[in-house]
Amino acid sequence: MSNYIKLIVLGLIAIFAAIGTNYARDLAYQVHAILVMLIAGGLFIWTLRNTDEPDILVDRSAEYMDDVIRYGVIATAFWGVVGFLAGTFIAFQLAFPVLNFEWAQGYLNFGRLRPLHTSAVIFAFGGNALIATSFYVVQRTSAARLWGGNLAWFVFWGYQLFIVLAATGYVLGGTQSKEYAEPEWYVDLWLTIVWVAYLAVYLGTIVKRKEPHIYVANWFYLAFIVTVAMLHLVNNMTVPVSIWGSKSVIVWSGVQDAMIQWWYGHNAVGFFLTAGFLGMMYYFIPKQAERPVFSYKLSIIHFWALIFLYIWAGPHHLHYTALPDWASTLGMVFSIILWMPSWGGMINGLMTLSGAWDKLRTDPVIRMMVISVGFYGMSTFEGPMMSIRAVNSLSHYTDWTIGHVHSGALGWNGMITFGALYFLVPVLWKRERLYSLQMVSWHFWLATIGIVLYAASMWVTGIMEGLMWREVDANGFLVNSFADTVAAKFPMYVVRALGGVMFVAGALIMCYNLWMTVRKAPAKEASLTVAVPAE
Amino acid sequence: MEEYTILRQFADSWMLLVLFVFFVGIVIWVFRPGASKEYKDTANIPFRHEDAPAPLRGDETAAPRWGDKPATSKEARQ
Repeated sequence: MSNYIKLIVLGLIAIFAAIGTNYARDLAYQVHAILVMLIAGGLFIWTLRNTDEPDILVDRSAEYMDDVIRYGVIATAFWGVVGFLAGTFIAFQLAFPVLNFEWAQGYLNFGRLRPLHTSAVIFAFGGNALIATSFYVVQRTSAARLWGGNLAWFVFWGYQLFIVLAATGYVLGGTQSKEYAEPEWYVDLWLTIVWVAYLAVYLGTIVKRKEPHIYVANWFYLAFIVTVAMLHLVNNMTVPVSIWGSKSVIVWSGVQDAMIQWWYGHNAVGFFLTAGFLGMMYYFIPKQAERPVFSYKLSIIHFWALIFLYIWAGPHHLHYTALPDWASTLGMVFSIILWMPSWGGMINGLMTLSGAWDKLRTDPVIRMMVISVGFYGMSTFEGPMMSIRAVNSLSHYTDWTIGHVHSGALGWNGMITFGALYFLVPVLWKRERLYSLQMVSWHFWLATIGIVLYAASMWVTGIMEGLMWREVDANGFLVNSFADTVAAKFPMYVVRALGGVMFVAGALIMCYNLWMTVRKAPAKEASLTVAVPAE
Repeated sequence: MEEYTILRQFADSWMLLVLFVFFVGIVIWVFRPGASKEYKDTANIPFRHEDAPAPLRGDETAAPRWGDKPATSKEARQ
């Protein structure tokens, strides 16, 4: 029966997309309509061929749903490399403008590729990592199989479709020009549907949990899912110009729009890149260190303090703008108070290793996780400092901001994800161990040195640029033109791009290592292939 | 009064108080007597049920309770 409903829905979508292909007002919409038509049509045929076939029902309630997590792990590694490569390429474009090829103007120039890079690393790499690990963690800590059956598959594939629509849209010009929220209205609507399904799977699993308490990692994941839903809906309140085109108009205007954008933008950092990844930290660091979290009490206070404070920090992106002073002061004050929960969380993560510090010497995976928490501490120190109005007057609009973002994104989000992937692959593919720990070490050092090169060069160029912009001569005239600062930044841009190359190289080594772990590492003996006889 | 002023006044007074009291309440609640013992058990959740979900109620006499010994994967798969 459900197949008939599916067939009707898929058929309608395919027909609608076919009409859209014809009536499309712009290229991005047209390409997306063709894509949706092909996918919906393909699914229609596939569903049709499986309709009225005898159902083979297998009771899988006694095992975890790990297939979708395996796919998520592969997608994370894949999108990670794509996003890092895009980032490295645009870093070279900034250093060597000739790489903005003449034949690809309007498609592959910096302006088009930059949102592709940010979305690929944040939403494709980070998002897949969050979905995969959250599905893994919620099952293990609830002692229950994922709720909703194939709904988890819908979440996974639906999210991949969102990524493809977003990425192709940017290259073809379908963007609403809101930072980290570039996708146009129909892509936003699709993500909303996927996200509601994600929330349903996650909550459903928690509801049917067998553990009386909800483990703290789930609290962080849940805060991430719920808050991102709220942010996404409010920041994407747009009215499409036409149902056959990608252009839409935002309902907010002026400074309200700016404030909502940065309320969204900063909480994308706070809840997508912090709360969600803290969920990872609270599960995978204890697992890899083989000891419970340092202080569970601290973890609860950490959670509530973090979510109560982060939501207010957005206005610090709008110092010296049309935003009223009281609002940007509020944002600044809350950003500074955020030091406490951030560092409380960092201490909680690091001290989980107390009594097992020797593992740092022997286990490169835990080393990766520890340095990620270290970078978390560093960037959550730097961030509040940069939110202070006086510091911001120097740092804003300079490369210092970009360096800050990357020490957080590459160091904290990247490294904790790599650590989680190194933990997950042997477990999910039932291998005894990783293929090569030496390669993990190589990855660790390449990534770490890459980040250091990146952050250090951006500090130098950012502060230099800020000082050059405000330099005035004895008569009060500005000394430097904008082009002077661009020319002065060249060496630092090359160093930054080299840092990026090292980071990509590390990620490629990781992919090879994980691939060989699945192919070559010894299988975990007998444990899961042989049925355990009932006693 | 215009909408902005009403909302602003509410945010500055009652809502601020509610959020603040809620947060202080959590901190006090975390340090309630007997919390340490319970949290010790909770903190160990990641170390149970690694390979398979907990058995359904009825399969086994006792559903997991505070301080129960963690089910090993072997037990859980029966």
